[in-house]
Amino acid sequence: MATAEQVGLPPPFDHYGLGAACDEMFTRSGETRPQYQALLEAMRELTPEEINRRKQIADLSFLHQGITFTVYGNDQGTERIFPYDLLPRILTGSEWETIERGLGQRLTALNLFLKDLYHDARILNDGTIPREFIYSCKHFRRQMRGLRVARDVYVAVCGCDLIRMPDDRFVVLEDNLRVPSGVSYMLTSRQVMKRIFPSLFSRCEVQPIEHYPQALSSTLRALAPKGRLDPTIVLLTPGVFNSAYFEHTYLARQMGIQLVEGRDLTVHDNVVYMRTINGLRRVDVVYRRIDDDFIDPLAFRPDSTLGVPGIFNAYRAGNVTLANALGTGVADDKAIYAWLPKIIKYYLDQDPILDNVETHLLEDRSTRKWVVDHLHEMVVKAVGESGGYGMLIGPHSTAAEREQFARQIEADPRNYIAQPTISLSTAPCFIDGKFESRHVDLRPYVLYGDKITVVPGGLTRVALRKGSLVVNSSQGGGSKDTWVLH
Amino acid sequence: MMLSRVADSLYWMSRYLERAEHVARILEVQMNLMLDRGSVTVEGRWNRVLKCLGNPVVGEGFRDPYHLAHRLAFDAENRSSILSSISAARENARQVREQISSEMWEQVNRMFHEARRASAGDILVDEPFDFLRAIREGSHLFQGITDSTMSHEQGWQFIQIGRALERAISVTALVDTYYTDLEWNRAEVVSDPLEWIGLLKSATAFEAYCKKHGAEPRLDWIAEFLVLDAEFPHSIRFSADQIAYAVESIGDHSRRASQLLRLTGKMRAQLGFSQIEEIMHSGINGYLKNIERQCLEVDLTLRDAYIGYSIEEALGA
Repeated sequence: MATAEQVGLPPPFDHYGLGAACDEMFTRSGETRPQYQALLEAMRELTPEEINRRKQIADLSFLHQGITFTVYGNDQGTERIFPYDLLPRILTGSEWETIERGLGQRLTALNLFLKDLYHDARILNDGTIPREFIYSCKHFRRQMRGLRVARDVYVAVCGCDLIRMPDDRFVVLEDNLRVPSGVSYMLTSRQVMKRIFPSLFSRCEVQPIEHYPQALSSTLRALAPKGRLDPTIVLLTPGVFNSAYFEHTYLARQMGIQLVEGRDLTVHDNVVYMRTINGLRRVDVVYRRIDDDFIDPLAFRPDSTLGVPGIFNAYRAGNVTLANALGTGVADDKAIYAWLPKIIKYYLDQDPILDNVETHLLEDRSTRKWVVDHLHEMVVKAVGESGGYGMLIGPHSTAAEREQFARQIEADPRNYIAQPTISLSTAPCFIDGKFESRHVDLRPYVLYGDKITVVPGGLTRVALRKGSLVVNSSQGGGSKDTWVLH
Repeated sequence: MMLSRVADSLYWMSRYLERAEHVARILEVQMNLMLDRGSVTVEGRWNRVLKCLGNPVVGEGFRDPYHLAHRLAFDAENRSSILSSISAARENARQVREQISSEMWEQVNRMFHEARRASAGDILVDEPFDFLRAIREGSHLFQGITDSTMSHEQGWQFIQIGRALERAISVTALVDTYYTDLEWNRAEVVSDPLEWIGLLKSATAFEAYCKKHGAEPRLDWIAEFLVLDAEFPHSIRFSADQIAYAVESIGDHSRRASQLLRLTGKMRAQLGFSQIEEIMHSGINGYLKNIERQCLEVDLTLRDAYIGYSIEEALGA
């Protein structure tokens, strides 16, 4: 590993460790990337004590705004602030332009794919994708067959996880097409950063992201059922015990819509109403933050108490829009992910602007054998899981863990995929008074109503443990503000 | 526009806090009284306390006062113990945390943690008055915070209704119990003033009563003060006025709400136009039972009007 001394990084980064991965701030030869020049200068002017002081101000600001999540395990329900790092992650306008086009292309193709799957299934009938991949997916919803959704938009809100490869390119690691979360952290950490580094912020000319709630609101409005000119939009939350409850309340407040729970909604004659003290009020669009399985006990899991009995029938009748649509999880299945380049080609006749990570499907015996032999250098993921669960990171695993995964793969090959271990890019973080490098990814949020909107930025997730490659908040990850320059 | 669920939580949050305050005050008076001998036995007094609170602890005979006090203050099985009430208030507040001010949430949360900490020790033996006073003050603080940090819109009105209705019900039960329990002939001057002062104190009315009538406890005056006084905030009439005013302020003119307006207006009118001579003559207990019934009806009608109404009715209206 090259140390900073060898390549001679400028102070105060002279002890910053450049690793084998691509770094967001410095090139391999140790030059500061131009978009980070202003940050470098700002950090040079500040003492570690001063940075610490600002960090404390930021902490308090998060705490007072109630930007917290609840840690369970004791009956008190301790509240913690979401871990974050003070230094922004900075992207150039042209880097962003590629990302934006790439995400737009991807989401367009994914929506066409979902529409096809739940209607004519052309892509299966002509053998482009083998049927068994679709029908064995646990997120495929046969109830959605033949159901027309508003504007044919299945995925209205998408969070794609991007990573930067050692050759500086961004590639897509994962699509989150069900109920992606985290956007409130993107918005609130921007607010806090503006307060903490006002002069740096204005010097950098950062593109604004504050219009996300408005963009989301007009996306949802565009998806209202036909003839509902002034639609009532609500946000459906599982309730106060959900770990993303803060985000639900935040977005509802920012959009000026009601935050409802399943018990607030009621269905009569295939029309959805919410109970208010002034009587029933018709609901047209539900931005639902409840998983498919739980949304309607009559159509899906009968033991769900979070959902709204009968809402699926109202949906089927076209009287209400659910965003995202039900059954979108089939398209973010990690095995389907492997087919994405083909899917883009198939529906759009274009090459993907953003590549995938090389992915091995394990049903083929020889591939499987090769992967099992190389488990120590691969990442293996269970296809239907998210949040960093059900995952083996080869280089950081023990022999026993590898053996266990090998057995699981043999038992159910469709349920796993393997990818080479990719060193996510690193970015400088201010940790314990020093600048240290940590691995990061990028989750921009894409909206699709009457048009595609990507607010310039996203959630940069940081693996706060040294050397770790897992950025999920449930597994010790934190966040950074993401600045896209003009 | 306000969700029914939110209104329901605000209403119950407020009722439970008022209940906690009431239990704390009754206990405080009782434990104070325990230090003095009077015409009523210790056991008799505790039985009266239980009756005032609607017999929340059943199934066991009277053992020792501290045990009973503990059950009234902290028992989780007793759903109207101080701790249970505060805990229920907090749960309701948590459900609507975004609708109330953060200062309100912090206050109810703080009360819960303090009560829970107190429940672990022997606080009722060591320093009962400090603890009970802290509960009362906590509740007052919450009301002050609510009035000065939350918009006085519909949600706030539900909080007012919850508190006033709970208060009307508790004071009704309190007065009813004393006027059933104690030996009283129709003499105007009471024979055992200590107990009657206890009644006034249980409704925080002692000082206010003295201001109006002097220190002489007369049965008809006490009853008039606690039931019919227009200005004293713990009188039943005062609560009825508040309820009726809040229901009007919610400003809903649907058919469902009109039933509630009628009921609360009727209760206000009845208390406003009654005279104590009549009440004493025809029997105060019957009068109070009637008020209690009306309170319960208000609670049910409120639920029918705003919270648990049927879909058919709502769509027909």
